[in-house]
Amino acid sequence: MDKTINQKAWFLVLPVFLVVAFSAVLPLMTVVNYSMQDTFGNNQFFWNGVGWFKELLDPSTDLGGRFLASLGRNLFFSAVILAIEVPLGIVVALSMPREGWSVAACLVILALPLLIPWNVVGTIWQIFGRPDIGLLGYVLNHLGFNYNYVSNEVDAWVTVIVMDVWHWTSLVALLCYAGLKSIPDAYYQAAQIDGASRWAVFKAIQLPKMNRVLLIAVLLRFMDSFMIYTEPFVVTGGGPGNSTTFVSIELVKIALGQFDLGKAAALSLVYNLIILIVCWVFYTVMTNAGTERKAVAQGEPAAEPKPAAAPKPAGVLKPKEGVA
Amino acid sequence: MHSIPGRRLVMALFLIFLLLPIYWLVNMSFKTNAEIVSTMTLWPHTPTLQHYRRIFTDESWYSGYINSLEYVVINTVISIAVALPAAYAFSRYRFLGDKHLFFWLLSNRMAPAAVYALPFFNLYSAIGLFDTPWAVALAHCIFNVPLAVWILEGFVSGVPREIDETAFLDGYSFPRFFIKILVPLIASGIGVAAFFCFMFSWVELLLARTLTSVQAKPIAAIMTRTVSAAGMDWGLLAAAGVLTIIPGALVIWFVRNYIARGFALGRV
Repeated sequence: MDKTINQKAWFLVLPVFLVVAFSAVLPLMTVVNYSMQDTFGNNQFFWNGVGWFKELLDPSTDLGGRFLASLGRNLFFSAVILAIEVPLGIVVALSMPREGWSVAACLVILALPLLIPWNVVGTIWQIFGRPDIGLLGYVLNHLGFNYNYVSNEVDAWVTVIVMDVWHWTSLVALLCYAGLKSIPDAYYQAAQIDGASRWAVFKAIQLPKMNRVLLIAVLLRFMDSFMIYTEPFVVTGGGPGNSTTFVSIELVKIALGQFDLGKAAALSLVYNLIILIVCWVFYTVMTNAGTERKAVAQGEPAAEPKPAAAPKPAGVLKPKEGVA
Repeated sequence: MHSIPGRRLVMALFLIFLLLPIYWLVNMSFKTNAEIVSTMTLWPHTPTLQHYRRIFTDESWYSGYINSLEYVVINTVISIAVALPAAYAFSRYRFLGDKHLFFWLLSNRMAPAAVYALPFFNLYSAIGLFDTPWAVALAHCIFNVPLAVWILEGFVSGVPREIDETAFLDGYSFPRFFIKILVPLIASGIGVAAFFCFMFSWVELLLARTLTSVQAKPIAAIMTRTVSAAGMDWGLLAAAGVLTIIPGALVIWFVRNYIARGFALGRV
């Protein structure tokens, strides 16, 4: 499957390049331009050099303080989200029914939250959590919890996190399910012959097979939770106080609320840079995983015609037998 | 074998967790506002269609749905059209800077919309597309085109290379091969990619709201405006919310057999 070198392929890529460059590079240039200037309105700009960037990275200034605080909140949020959604998603994927109409039904219901506009997700939880008209808030308050996401910081956080789990766990689950589906039955049969325990099957067969999709899941979930804006904005508006103000919310506040273009642009660039770095790390890991897999596949070409899958996991499982 | 003990219970609990908030929204959309505010009822005791009737008769409401669908469809068509040849190129050939280009595309999928809100506003105002569906459709290309390339590349790689070679030996020109042979072969992949473009364009609000003011305002933005202006018309808000869920639910139904593979970006 070696790809041939063909520079003419650039012509096929050109439309994509132009479309994305138009909507990515041009605006980014504007941002770079703004980030070096200060404005007092009326489209009058003053050169400010790297002043905004210095301020941004200095926690003692107003801008820097706000940026670093929201960045900290955002990282904490992403960490919590990943810690809940990835294991839960795996469990849900493993719980999928095997066949019949229930598979399609489960898939459709799982995918449903993913297709709801993000502000409607916010609206749903805003209503659902209200102590006066929402089921969740009503029940919690009648059980004796003093739950109110508008005034209590912890409640606001819990609401935003539960909302995100509700919204996005399905994505992880569907990805894992796709990974699980690609495992040939022969693997399981081999495991059964070896008398492997349930846990051993998971660790030696299912988890390695899900590796790749899990990587995609973690990447997508990290990125999307890192730039989360609409849902918490609708539910809490970043409050109470600033307790749920994430980086995107802070950025929009500065850019479209205060029209502080210079500050907002500097923040955008640093924000984008962080994302770019994380993205690059994931991409490298992912392509490396891909080439490793290819190398393994090429290493055993003789096994191709036979259903040779069976002996392999058996070998992998052998050491585990003692445990099982 | 690929299941765990108690899986039915786990699945049932999770599905209830997913459906309960949605049920509550549907429930509220059929209640009168008096019932919503005064009592806590698990189902509408005096069911009413007044909120839905209002949305379907008031142009400022239903035009929002039309606007949204308009830019979503434009965006999906553009994304698929430009992504198809690129996916083929990435899948079959190596060329100068291919890996960097792919990474650059990927990084755009991950770029936060908030960063682009303001510059897009300037850009599209400058070229006179502000407040048209085209502005939103083009803006959404920034994350949908890379995604479409990503998904389609996975599906194109699943087509054996021998098919290309045979077609060229048979005297097919490249465009003819592309349309007559490749596109039908990856039809399911195109469906999945279109589904994802639809989905991400449909659910995005920040850019759609920033780039429109009156003419092309999406339904999501109309909802937020009404919440703040008309006091709290919970029933109407709930009904509008329910109506935004329906197109998504319909689309899922069509691609249900490919959903899992699609979410893995065609790479399983």
